[in-house]
Amino acid sequence: MQTSLIRKIIFDEKSRSLLVQTLVIGLFALFIYLIAQQTAYNLEKRGISSGFDFLNISAGYDISIRLIPFTSEDTHLRAYFVGLLNTLMIAVCGCILATILGFLVGIIRLSSNWLFRNIAYVYVEFTRNVPVLLQIILYYSILLNLPKIKQAFPIFNTFYLSNRGLFSPSPIFKEGFSIVFYSLIIAIIFTIFLKRFLKSKQEQTGNQYPIFFINSAIIIFTPILFYYIMGSPLEFDHPVLKGFNFKGGMVIRPEFLGMLFGLSIYTAAFISETVRSGIISVSKGQREASQSLGLKSSFIMRLIIIPQALRVIIPPLTSQYLNLTKNSSLGIAIGYADLVHGFGGISLNQTGRAIEIMLIVMLTYLSISLIISLSMNIYNKSVQFKGNA
Amino acid sequence: MTKIKSLFISLLLTLGVSTAIAGSHGSTHDLVKDRGKLMCGSNTGLAGFGAPNDAGVWEGIDVDVCRAVAAAVFGDASKVEYVPTTSKVRFTVLQSGEIDMLSRNTTWTLSRDVDLGLEFVGVNYYDGQGFMVSKDLGVSSAMELDGASVCIQVGTTTEMNLADFFKANGMSYESVPVETNSEADAAYLAGRCDIYTTDASGLYASRAGYPDPSAHVVLPEIISKEPLGPAVRHGDSEWADIVRWSLNAMIIGEELGINSGNVDEMKGSNNPEVLRLLGVDAGYGAMLGLSDDWAYNILSQVGNYSESFEKHIGPNTPINIQRGLNALYKDGGILYAPPFR
Repeated sequence: MQTSLIRKIIFDEKSRSLLVQTLVIGLFALFIYLIAQQTAYNLEKRGISSGFDFLNISAGYDISIRLIPFTSEDTHLRAYFVGLLNTLMIAVCGCILATILGFLVGIIRLSSNWLFRNIAYVYVEFTRNVPVLLQIILYYSILLNLPKIKQAFPIFNTFYLSNRGLFSPSPIFKEGFSIVFYSLIIAIIFTIFLKRFLKSKQEQTGNQYPIFFINSAIIIFTPILFYYIMGSPLEFDHPVLKGFNFKGGMVIRPEFLGMLFGLSIYTAAFISETVRSGIISVSKGQREASQSLGLKSSFIMRLIIIPQALRVIIPPLTSQYLNLTKNSSLGIAIGYADLVHGFGGISLNQTGRAIEIMLIVMLTYLSISLIISLSMNIYNKSVQFKGNA
Repeated sequence: MTKIKSLFISLLLTLGVSTAIAGSHGSTHDLVKDRGKLMCGSNTGLAGFGAPNDAGVWEGIDVDVCRAVAAAVFGDASKVEYVPTTSKVRFTVLQSGEIDMLSRNTTWTLSRDVDLGLEFVGVNYYDGQGFMVSKDLGVSSAMELDGASVCIQVGTTTEMNLADFFKANGMSYESVPVETNSEADAAYLAGRCDIYTTDASGLYASRAGYPDPSAHVVLPEIISKEPLGPAVRHGDSEWADIVRWSLNAMIIGEELGINSGNVDEMKGSNNPEVLRLLGVDAGYGAMLGLSDDWAYNILSQVGNYSESFEKHIGPNTPINIQRGLNALYKDGGILYAPPFR
């Protein structure tokens, strides 16, 4: 009996591979366990405290670039959320700007105009082949050479540009503005139904309707109408130079702009190559066939070429978004208060909880990346070829 | 089967290595002696405290503490390798064992001493946090700084002092965090911030390197206590004693009037404390596990505290700092070393 069992394990491919795999997983788990054990032991031996209790201690430092209120008396946990929001803000703004720029440059690179095509070519080759950190520092240094605060450059006497950022009026919402806001949401929902209705009508009758113009008009004019009905419930707080700095209004800091330019200009170069290859990948016959059907050239691009190109573009585009998000951790180089700079840097230094904080930060980046991948995969499925080919 | 075998072997090797790492925490003193040089964590570059000179040789009063320890251990002050550390990584570098000691204008605080697994062994410079502004702003007191932008090095005690100071006085500010001293200088000179705040000593050192030092003024307010001193890892008292007494030997040297010029003459002194310090009366070196001429080596090769101060940051240097608090207790300062007996 026993010999047959051993014989089975050694010579039966299925059970043998099962055994080996179990063994490898077990040893790997043991390895991780031993490392964790050893780390805990070493920390204790060196008298370094550990644990997550530090999250509820007040942080003791201030963060200037923030989306939610934060003072030095708030906890490290809140500092984490301030940093997380800053990371998400630069990631979202960066991805949007990089996508717009990338699509433009990708299309320009296929243009028949020699000058445009080659300017785009030089841009792509230059930005792709210079480390993004250097580009971020370059843009930041340029921004630091803007006029000093006392000589801030006025734009229409409303915005002020200086090396401490772009100062702009901030909106103050008065009573009744919420109705304007709700009217906008209702208008958007209405246009979605209207679009479906007009589309089905087009399929029945063959008549085309200027859906885009009708819907744009509805979305723009409804809130404006309600804005005046409610008696203009919106005022602006204008920035005024007082003492050392501008008081009032909002400000976009040079640290944010440096990051935004650096990340999106760098990533846009990669996206433009993705877009170019996507468009080229659509076979020539598609364009020729639609031309012979007599379609307008803008229709050919929008209805025939782009939908097919997207199938090729989306997967590499996802990885560019992931790269941009991860590269946002370079904010530390120019003092942009992202997750790594504030929580992963200052909090780490004040509390000394390097392992705990790095674990939290790494898990956070992992979650952000997985969420981006997941939503891009859902979008990717929606543009893939549907049918039973 | 060979695959499984090699897997086993590699796993055993990894386990062996990780236990070997765990077992290697011997005495730092032995480790330093075996290596033949001292690994000393220094600033990335702060003139007068720790920075390489034109010839690439590290200089400064913090660097002199490293040199004193090397002189005590090896009898040769030059057997030091300097590891430049930013304010953020300095403790991690020390904790991980990459350096043997940290001598880098580091403030001694309770949480660092207790919670970070460090051991501060003394104070080589009594400092306090100050503010530097450009003269043409016309500011004469730190109480007039409401609404200003402040450049500040991250990962330092100054960050927390600053938050406390502005809060206590009901003022607001914009913090502009920077990583190193030189980045802070660049941001301050570009006008990104109105004020540069750090330890007053650091402000003087920075100002000395500006294109026009006289255009900047250090405000009179000192908002914190910043005792700066060398630190070692917690749990190795023998090594902590060596570093502590190397620094003390420099201070006692000044007290007794022994300097690098007269150290050989002083061996013939009739003051018993001088004879104990210079190892003429034997036995004190052995208590530390050092040779009897350890303090003689420090004073002849590095000099006493006063020599180090005057050479690197004193009134005759571009940094131009008065002794102030850092004078000996008998000269009106608070510099004080326990007796050598």
